[in-house]
Parts: sequence; C-alpha cells; structure tokens
Amino acid sequence: MKSTISRRNFMKVSAISGGGMLLSFSFLNANANLKQTGENLFSPNAYISLNSDGKVVIMAPNPEIGQGVKTSLPMIIAEELGINWRDVKVEFAPLKDEFGRQSVGGSGSIRGRFNELRIVGATAREMLTTAAAQTWGVPVSECYAENGKIKHSPTGKSLNYGMLASKAAELAIPSSPKLKDPKDFKIIGTRVNDVDASKITSGQALFGIDTRREGMLFAMVSRPPAYGKKLKSVDDAETLKVNGVKKVIKLENSVAVLATSTWSAKKGRDALIIEWEAAEKLESSSAHFASFEKMVMDENVEPARNDGDFETTKSQASKVLDVTYEIPTLSHGQMEPLNFFADVKEHQVELYGPTQVPGSLRAQVSKKLNIPEENIKVATPRQGGGFGRKLMTDNGVEAALISAAAKSPVQVQWTREDDMQNDFYRPAEMYRFQATLSENELLGWYQSGVAIGRGARGNSYVAGALDNYRGIGQGYESNTPIGWWRAPGACTLAYVAESFMDEICVELKKDPVAFRLEIFDKAKVNPVGRLSYDPDKYKGVVEHVAKMSNWGNTPKGIFRGFSTWYSFGSYVAEVVDIELVNGKPRVVKVYCAVNCGRVINRSGAENQVQGAIVDGICHAMFPKVTFVNGAVEETNFHAYKFLRMKDAPLDIEVDFVDSDEAPAGLGEPALPPVAAALSNAIFAATGKRIRKMPFNEQLT
Amino acid sequence: MPKYTLSVNGQTMTAEVDEDTPLLWVLRDHLNLLGTKFGCGVAQCGACTVHMNGNAIRSCVLPISAVSDNEIVTIEGLSKTGDHPLQIAWEENDVSQCGYCQAGQIMAAAALLSRNPTPSDEDIDRSMTNICRCGTHVRIRKAIHSASEKI
Ligand code: FES
Ligand code: FES
Repeated sequence: MKSTISRRNFMKVSAISGGGMLLSFSFLNANANLKQTGENLFSPNAYISLNSDGKVVIMAPNPEIGQGVKTSLPMIIAEELGINWRDVKVEFAPLKDEFGRQSVGGSGSIRGRFNELRIVGATAREMLTTAAAQTWGVPVSECYAENGKIKHSPTGKSLNYGMLASKAAELAIPSSPKLKDPKDFKIIGTRVNDVDASKITSGQALFGIDTRREGMLFAMVSRPPAYGKKLKSVDDAETLKVNGVKKVIKLENSVAVLATSTWSAKKGRDALIIEWEAAEKLESSSAHFASFEKMVMDENVEPARNDGDFETTKSQASKVLDVTYEIPTLSHGQMEPLNFFADVKEHQVELYGPTQVPGSLRAQVSKKLNIPEENIKVATPRQGGGFGRKLMTDNGVEAALISAAAKSPVQVQWTREDDMQNDFYRPAEMYRFQATLSENELLGWYQSGVAIGRGARGNSYVAGALDNYRGIGQGYESNTPIGWWRAPGACTLAYVAESFMDEICVELKKDPVAFRLEIFDKAKVNPVGRLSYDPDKYKGVVEHVAKMSNWGNTPKGIFRGFSTWYSFGSYVAEVVDIELVNGKPRVVKVYCAVNCGRVINRSGAENQVQGAIVDGICHAMFPKVTFVNGAVEETNFHAYKFLRMKDAPLDIEVDFVDSDEAPAGLGEPALPPVAAALSNAIFAATGKRIRKMPFNEQLT
Repeated sequence: MPKYTLSVNGQTMTAEVDEDTPLLWVLRDHLNLLGTKFGCGVAQCGACTVHMNGNAIRSCVLPISAVSDNEIVTIEGLSKTGDHPLQIAWEENDVSQCGYCQAGQIMAAAALLSRNPTPSDEDIDRSMTNICRCGTHVRIRKAIHSASEKI
C-alpha cells in the first residue's frame, strides 16, 4: 500500500543533541500556516524522537480521559516505525500545531488519526532504511526494518536505529512512504497494557488535581446556587479570618477564595456571605416534563423525516401501539472533580489541567485576556474521566481569569457539589412512539421526541426499512445548561427505540433477533429513502452475538434481553442475561459483538466496551438530576447514585468481528444498546415494561 | 494552628493544620502524598481510601484530630516497589481506564484480602463499594480473584 502526503502535510526532521533524530509532522492548511508564521513553517516538535542509545520516545498527541489513546495512538506510530513496543517510552504532547487535531470527543481519536499516524511512523522507518542502505552502499530494496533494526537481507547484517538516527536526519523526507501490509502488523491488533498501568497502581500517576507549583495558591469558587441566579453582593469578612486564606477575588458572577491549602480555600469559600438574586426564571424538572408531555402529543409538528404516510397505516392496522418513554437529566460525574491550574503573567500564560479541547481553551483564554495564542501554553495531564464534560472549557477559562486577577499561579479545585450544580447536563427527554401492526407485520412507525436544548432528532434504524415512517424532533428552551454526554443522542434514543422494538416483537410474537434480521434484509433489498447504515454489518453483529450467547437457549433461571445500535461508525449488538434477586435484576452476563473496523489495542478496546456497558447499565438503573427552582437536588453521590460492584455484571464477554477496514469509533458505541437490552430482559423476567429511567425507581 | 504527629507508611510525619482538616487533605496538601484521591468528600466514592491499622477507611471524612497515633498506610506505602499481589494483578489484567479511582480500589481490595484471602464473588460484592465511573468492575473482580490465588 502506497500513501501520499499531500502538499498540505509538512514534515521536518532535525538532528537532536546526542546524535538523535526528531521527526515532526503537521497537516495544517498550508496557506493559513504561511499567513500565521511566515517562512518559519516548522517548530522543533515531534512525534518521534530516537536517541543514539536506541530509546524511542513517542508523543501521545491527544488528551487521555480514560479512553486509552495515550497507549493506542503511539501503538500505530510504533507499528510502522518497526520497533519493539517494550522499547517505547510514551509522553504526552503539549498543544502544538504540528500535532494535528488534539481534541477528543465523538470517538474520533483513532478514527481520525489512523492513517496520519501510520505515515508518521512509516516516514521515519523509510529514512532509517535509506540511511542504512547508504552506510552499507547497498540498494534500499535489499534492506528492511525489524524490531528497531535495519537488516540487510543478503548478508544478514544489521544496524540498530540508534546508530542510524543522525544520518537519517540529514536525508530528504520521502513524499510517499510505503505503509506496511496489515498482515505484517506486530503491534496493532495485539493486547497491550495501558502505558501508565504501573504508575496508576502505585499511586504515582499524576492528574490535574495533583498539580503543584512554586508559589501556587489553592482556590475554591462560590458559583450561583441555582440556574437563573446572579451575584448581588458579597461579604468576605469571615472568610478573611480563616487560617491560610490569602485573597478573595470577585468575578463577574462568582467569588473565588485563594488560600495556602485546599481545605483552607474550602473553609474560606464556605464562610462567604453572599446574596444571590433571581435574574431569570428558576426552572424545575417537574415543569420540564409537564411541558414535554404536551409537546410529544402534538402531531402537527414538521417531521424531520417522513417516508410514506404513517396516518394511512392506521386504517389497515389490527393494532396500534402508543406509548411514552421518559429520560431524566444526567450529570457527567467524572471521578476527578473539575480543576485547573493557571499561571497568567503579563505576556505569558501557562494552563495545565483536564480538558478534552485544549485548542479551544487556548483560543477562549486568548480572547478573554487579550493575550495572543502563541503566548499561551496548554498541556494536559491524565484525566480522571471525561464523558463529554470537558468538551466545555469553563473550568480552564475560570482558572485563567482567577490567576490573572490574583496575579498568582493558582490551582482551582471544584468540590463534587460544585460539579453537580455547574454541569452541562445530558438533557431530559421524552419520546412518544406509535406502531401500526397487522397480524404479523409492522406497518408503520411514528416517533416524536422532545429534549431540553437541541432537541431529539435522531432516527431508529427502522427508518429506511419501512414504507411508512414519521420522525419528529423538538427542542425545549431552558436556562438549565446542556452539553455532550457519552454517545450523545444515541445513548438515549437506542434505549427508547430498542425497548419499543421489543414491545413490537412481543405483540407480533416474533423472536427479537429474527425480527431485527428481517428489518435489515428489508433495508438492504428494498431501502426506503436515505439509509444511514450498512444493513450487512448490522446483521453481522446481530448474528455474531446470537451465536456467542447461544440465542434461543436461555440458561435456567436466566432472563434475556437483546438490543443493537450503530453509532460513531461502529455496529454493536448485545445480549443481557439477568437473574432476579428479591425482585431486582442482577446482571450476570453481557455478551457483546462489535464491528468497529480494525482493532488497534485489543485489551484497551475490550476495556472500553466493558466500561461502556457498565456505564450504560449504571445510568439506566440509578442516577438522575432533578432541578428544583434552578437548583440541583442531588448534590453529591449520596443522592446521585452510581452502580457499585454488587450491581455490576459478573462477566462481560466481548468479541470483535474480524475486519480489515479502517478503525471506527469505540469509546462510545457499546453504551447505547445496553439500556434497552436490560429493560427487555427485565420485561422477560417480570412482564413489566420499563418506560422510564432510572429503572431502579420503577422496580420498587 | 495545632501541630499533629502522624504515622504514615511507617514514618513519623508532622503537619500544622486546623483540627477539622480531613486526613485526605493533610496527606495531599501537607505531606505531598498525592496518590490518595478526592472524589466526593462525603465518604461515598472511596477514591480517598487509605488503611488505618489495616482497615480501609475513607480519609475525606476523618478529621486529623481523630487520627492520633493510629497507623496510616496510603497507596504509596502499600508495597515498597509496587509489587503487592494486587498491584501486579491490576497490571496483568490491565484494569485501569482513567485510573483515577484505582488507588482507592486497590486499598479497599488489600484490606479485604488481608482479612479474607479467598473472597467469593459475594464477599467482593459486599466489600468493594468504591465507585468506578469508567466501569472497570469486571476487571477489578478478576484481578482480586487472581491476586487471591497468589497470596
Ligand atoms: S472522596 Fe472520600 S469517599 Fe469520596
Ligand atoms: S478507572 Fe476511571 S473511575 Fe475507575
């Protein structure tokens, strides 16, 4: 396979001290780049640095929020470079243009970077090969790379990379390095442990919360206690008496207390006497749902998708199902409460902390502080979870503003209560479904979704397989903020649509697996309108999971549910096996078949899938956010309930369908199907259809 | 401010802090032992789990004034070189995702194994009450069982 580096791609190789080689790579838009930096196209940065002692450092370009990309992205480079994984040291890359797109979200890191990073590795390998050939005076075609060495086939002699690094650095950069044949992959597709595994297990892995710098103060911030409230006045007399408190800074709509320790900052913050006033409507969840109930019944809303004529199918139907599903607001609840370190000097800013979008943080801080972006350094440590919360930059921007006002390096620490009240939530939603059924056929499908903010606009996969489909999505305006929550849209739509599918199967007395296969056959043979998925791939995972779980032969004492969903380029099908313990479900096993294209790190990929399944079960079963007059009622984990070990599946079996296709997304796609598979299993066990999250409240 | 003398990881350490300061923040901010994490501050998540006289406790709700001469062990002191059977099992099973909860998980598991070297699934269900938001529960269970075989 040949690859081409387009003219938009730039590479630079430079010798580094000690006779090494530094390779940097960039795929910026050429013109934009020229405008910005004139002739100086390249800064001395790199993905790969080879030392003369044979050590290889590979930079992990994207933030690590627990999705494993600090391990998997460097694996791609190492594969093409032709080195032993155990000789690789991985470091986080700071935010720099030559590292390409450094944000994480939408399960996009590997999807977006697979080819780009292969070229990075292959370029270096090709230059090292040429360097060896020149050293020996033999044709390049007689030389090949293996385990950190260039070998000469005819004679068997070899030179290791360290010895070739400086010579390679002087060579011209190949314009189209040859990529490996995937059948020769030695690292990609294997099981590799997290590069920070031993640091994590010994307590040495450092997160944003662990940032410690000379002269740094710890800060806590008092923010509005309810959405719609604004800062009126503050009295800090008591705060200034607290041991360790150094400063109080009033911001636009909050007050920061800076102290010599986290606890002092918290005590000082809690001692503030603040008057907040209602500046906007103070909203409540009960009112949200009351409005939703009316909105989902309105059939005259312009549909987002309309195939055939759903209304006419009612006259042919022997039965019409008409049901409503309800989904509460959720918080992200990432384990590491938000924090950020900022050191704002007059012309120089350092930002360090948890964010999924370091680039947009830099842009926003630049604007707010009126400091050019090139004077702002941003880097990210390991992060204690993301789940979409850190696509918002409020924590980093706030820290920069506090540091600027206080003229001090500052570590802003949030409490869990701060996190719960100041989130960008997964919006509450409501869906109404109707299905028109003949004796043994689904004739038409109607869905109408309402969600806070953007609205509920996705479609079920029956769109494309049915002659009559009507899909409506409406948004509901609110001052309770919404954001992106793992597998946005898909995570809830899959629950409602796949539970409703199960209701249809029960009515039609069809096997849930067989019925899905029928639908995908229809979509393939006779698609209606636009088809947004590949029916064969959908069928592939459904059949695969049926085989894994020995579908049709449910073990004794076990109740099963099935569900499948496609998102972020990946197809996932799941079977959930439960037992009833005192009337409550215990998930004993989950089977999961995934088609995500080529798998990079088998251990990491499996971990993501297992984690997404537990995440999906957790949020189907337990937590919810309730707004009461703008304030979140569930202020901490005593009320915002998470799954514990006793509620976790005993086993999750994951199988990846073999694929030579480019990798698709994986951080999110295994989450959407599981809630429905669980609710369908609960129905199988109890005859009770769960149409409202959290399930646990429905089971008492 | 009062001065406290503590026994942490077999060493005597001192800290000058307010008496209501939770042990967690003394460890993190005053003794620079950053392996013990903060997750909720209300004894719910277990990210702050340390051992006091061998028992797992949640250090975010234990005021320093109540620690007295009890022996505290943090993740940094669980083993000399990170080779406690659980630490090895955690690595072998590639348990971590974000990793933030894992020090607390390992400390909770270590306390469990020290009083019950061969825990059943039910024992693990009962004792392992820490939150892992990333959902590594299946691998945590596996790692505890495999460490238990090696003890
Ligand atoms: S921080 Fe102590 S239990 Fe959560
Ligand atoms: S590994 Fe992320 S919270 Fe447990």
